[in-house]
Amino acid sequence: MELSLELLIKNTIVYDPSNGVNGERMDLSVRDGKIVESVDLNNAKVLDASGMIAMPGGVDIHSHIAGPKVNKGRELRPEDHLRRIERKTRLKRSGVGYSVPTTFTTGYWYAGMGYTTVMEPATAPLETRHTHEELNDTPILDKACFPLLGDNWFIMEYLKNGEIEKCAAYVAWLLKAVKGYAVKLVSPGSVEAWGWGGGLREIDEVVPNFDITPREIIRGLCKVNDLLGLPSPIHIHCNNLGSPGNYRVTLETMKCVKDLAKGGRPSIHIVHVQFNAYAGSGWSDLSSGATKLARYVNRHSHVTTDLGQVIFGDTTTMTADGPWQYILHNLSGNRWVNHDVEAETGGGIVPYQYRRRNYVNAMQWTIGLEFALQVKDPWKICLTTDHPNGGPFIEYPRIMAWLLSREARDAAMKRINKTARRRSILGSLDREYSLSELAVITRAAPARILGLRHKGHLGVGADADIALYRIDPSETDLSKDYRKVRKALRRAAHTIKEGEIVVKDGEVVRVPEGKTFWAEAEAPEEALKDVWQDLRERFEKYYTVRLENYPIGVEYLRRPAPMEIKMEGG
Amino acid sequence: MRAILITGRSLGQGLGLELGKFSDTYYRSSTTCEMNPEDMSKLEVESGQLIRITTEYGSVIVRAIKAPEEVPSGIVFIPYGPWINLIIRAETHGTGMPSFKGVDVEVEAAKASDVLRAEELVGHH
Amino acid sequence: MNTITGVVCPFCGCLCDDLEVTVEKGKIISAKNGCAYSLTKYLNYQKERLSEPLIRKGEEQVPIGLDEAVEQAAQILVDAAYPVLYGWSSTSCEAQHLGVELAEEVGGAIDNTSTVCHGPTVEAFQEIGHPSCTLGQVKNRADLIVYWGSNPLQSHLRHMARYTMGAEGKWRKSRDDRTLVVVDVRKTYTARVADYFIQVDPNGDFELMSALRMGLRHEEIEQDAVAGVPVEYIEEVAEVLRGCEFGALFYGLGLTMSSGKNRNLDAAISLVTDLNKWTKFVMMPMRGHFNVSGANTVFLWQTGYPFAVDFSHGYPSYNPGVTSVIDILSRDESDAAIVVSSDPAANFPKKAVESLLRNPLIVIDPHRTATAEKADVVIPSAFVGIECEGTAYRMDSVPLKLKKVVEPPSSCLSDEEILRRILEEVRRLKEWN
Repeated sequence: MELSLELLIKNTIVYDPSNGVNGERMDLSVRDGKIVESVDLNNAKVLDASGMIAMPGGVDIHSHIAGPKVNKGRELRPEDHLRRIERKTRLKRSGVGYSVPTTFTTGYWYAGMGYTTVMEPATAPLETRHTHEELNDTPILDKACFPLLGDNWFIMEYLKNGEIEKCAAYVAWLLKAVKGYAVKLVSPGSVEAWGWGGGLREIDEVVPNFDITPREIIRGLCKVNDLLGLPSPIHIHCNNLGSPGNYRVTLETMKCVKDLAKGGRPSIHIVHVQFNAYAGSGWSDLSSGATKLARYVNRHSHVTTDLGQVIFGDTTTMTADGPWQYILHNLSGNRWVNHDVEAETGGGIVPYQYRRRNYVNAMQWTIGLEFALQVKDPWKICLTTDHPNGGPFIEYPRIMAWLLSREARDAAMKRINKTARRRSILGSLDREYSLSELAVITRAAPARILGLRHKGHLGVGADADIALYRIDPSETDLSKDYRKVRKALRRAAHTIKEGEIVVKDGEVVRVPEGKTFWAEAEAPEEALKDVWQDLRERFEKYYTVRLENYPIGVEYLRRPAPMEIKMEGG
Repeated sequence: MRAILITGRSLGQGLGLELGKFSDTYYRSSTTCEMNPEDMSKLEVESGQLIRITTEYGSVIVRAIKAPEEVPSGIVFIPYGPWINLIIRAETHGTGMPSFKGVDVEVEAAKASDVLRAEELVGHH
Repeated sequence: MNTITGVVCPFCGCLCDDLEVTVEKGKIISAKNGCAYSLTKYLNYQKERLSEPLIRKGEEQVPIGLDEAVEQAAQILVDAAYPVLYGWSSTSCEAQHLGVELAEEVGGAIDNTSTVCHGPTVEAFQEIGHPSCTLGQVKNRADLIVYWGSNPLQSHLRHMARYTMGAEGKWRKSRDDRTLVVVDVRKTYTARVADYFIQVDPNGDFELMSALRMGLRHEEIEQDAVAGVPVEYIEEVAEVLRGCEFGALFYGLGLTMSSGKNRNLDAAISLVTDLNKWTKFVMMPMRGHFNVSGANTVFLWQTGYPFAVDFSHGYPSYNPGVTSVIDILSRDESDAAIVVSSDPAANFPKKAVESLLRNPLIVIDPHRTATAEKADVVIPSAFVGIECEGTAYRMDSVPLKLKKVVEPPSSCLSDEEILRRILEEVRRLKEWN
């Protein structure tokens, strides 16, 4: 098969919300991996996309697909691997998995759904070499990873002393050293406390031995993020995740950086907000804090979120939130893996089943959807399950159907715990997402929040990452025919990556290598000199590896794609 | 004499690995059986003399010494290696792992002329 | 003369990364900071070395060109119905990637040395979980160290100095800040320096752990002794375990190889999980080979399983006892083998070795080993961490890059390169057929 560098996608109904295109029938032109104005009709390969909609390739802003935690999850769940097997073909490597698939399989399945960019949201800097090794073996997708910084000893010490410039220099150095993309905090301060078996539930509690609060860490890293001009705001898994009444902590967290927002850009991205949207005081009176959080998000422009929607069924929870994972182990009685990382962070893994008839699980399910339906501006939400915590990514189309179709929600609601059904307001929410809004939360908004200017849209100059789905909006009632729509979203008619057709009818037909992005951040020069001094003096006291062996060379990335970042005003 | 066999790592055996499987260091450490002095008296064996160790899977000649790391009566310790593997059962009980430790053995003074050298041992298979 | 610092030692799971290696005229003349094993390796690695590819002709092994050796190896693998691919723990992750790919291509079974080491640990992990951390957490925080069925003063010589009893951490500065508990069937060198030494009956670990768990809960143990240990002592140690601020249990083959095997690990993991009710407690396996952890890690992300992976149906499947190499060999189910940087002829029980040697055998190794002596095709390789770079994973899963400090002999390519060539040739042969 000859490779044509030019591709013309004809007659497709395009949803490109970033460029104001909302269900227009048009052609899309591609050359050399980019969207262009037009192509030479004599030269171009033509793809007839009649009866299909086109969206930019899916962008997943938060999905645990690679690295030490994920791999330990794989080790813990041989039984999960039996649910799906993928045989080796001439083109594809074999694989297994359902909630924690092997790496080759992960790439193929995402591409099969029309996704082309995925972010691994939590990696301990000390072990990020491992994360990159796995990302290399995740084919097709463009990707990046977020280093965990919220319990980092150097950072906590700099911030305690009010040394923002030095902290920024350190973060810039670290992002370059481990090839990380964005600043990630997980239950800041709490995971350091977990190093002694403790944890912090409120953002004004003090981290033992470090004399700093989560609020100070969050604000400090927000200032650092801004100073460095990083493309994405800080990403935060809020303190007290999973506990009844925690929506208050989420509100406090969002409020605490409101004054730091600049130029209308968000200063904070709350990840998997559903898990931090609980009201009530205990399990039996767990109720929804989604409305209160949605109201805050509606009124403020400095916050973005991703959903963390729950899907009923068996899955594997895994987060850097060590104390929370231990709590979940005790609540569920399920197997527990713990992994704390020196001077940096921690984590835990617990298999878990979300049951329809279980009051708490049913509430969790309604809370996520309540939030998504009450936030008016879809640009403030990204569709995620915090894979695999809320459910496996291959079940995303289920969530899409619940958002697009009231009927789909009602059908699901009929089967959940009765008390939950009664207490939730979900039944009264009529809103149905449009395809355009769906495109926002699954591609346009994540790309914008991530600062990936060439992703998530189909304007001229964008990367030619395109998903075509067999849905004809003129013939299909999105609400009534939700099963058909869900099926179509599960198996892309075509997925195009950098201008090449990689998937046909959900099946992988080409396996190119994706790119790995990271932030090549510029550091404040004077401060960097001091930071080097500190590293030389303290690194080997804190760690068990030498400073010279800590940074990861670019040879560890199969297709390195650094993003040069200049400081504000620099 | 009935005893329990423990096989394991010893410094000599580990160093011997790096000096080569056919080196004297490896040979010496892997053919040495560390024993409790009371047990040696019972068998009427002096440190440095040969003994025979037997299971239902095989029999091997090694050299007995007084254990530098105290071994309780009834236990014998021999480093990992092809000598002791002659008598280890391959059964893994569904785990993949044979029983390299805690093995019931019969120990007695030997009558053979010498232990096997490495090259000959492999040919023993 | 040139001294390279921050060299990562390729001997055991400690992966000490502070070695200083001095090279003169292309030869290593000194290697500082490492232990006796490390020094011995750096100064003696050229001994008993394979220098050229060999092929078996009758009773002899004769020299052959590399290309022909690769062809012969590939032919053996392609002709086999069910080859086993074994070893992997003493080579780089980059070579391990290719091993998995090769196993998948030929539909064989790939296994690493976990199968005779911490395989049972993995099996227990899969059933119960595992509370753990990186070694720096122990260095900085632990005031109680337990070595159970492990003798680091013979096996992991710098473990105590670098990570546990002698390490200078943020909160624990010296031996005085830590308590050492050792559990073993004999009074090893490590036991001699312990504050508490528990001499357990061989095969008695499971009972002892169960008794300790009862002791933690102040439950009544209705015996005078368990597994040879007086109950008063068990209760005393239980208090010590419960009363620490941060405990770390390091465990070795005393648990995995004794009767009970994975059940001993079930008990250990349950004990440590229990301890987290009262204090912070972690555990970690003492990995022997320098990159067995890497082999588990690579196998896991590519196949979903850490060892004993079978590809005979075209997808990965895992069932220790069935797909593990010693069982495959004992039942005579395989008909060819390739062994990479390992010596099963020396380390496997006799029955398994006999099966291994009955069938066509390929060995890739830098050293002349018992297995290489018996092989049909032998390909000499370079030493990872000395003559070629590579990634390896420490016993706590921290990945490090191993350095190249000297050039290999021209006849010795890296395992990675050799395997790549064999894989290419296998694919070519399969196309042909």
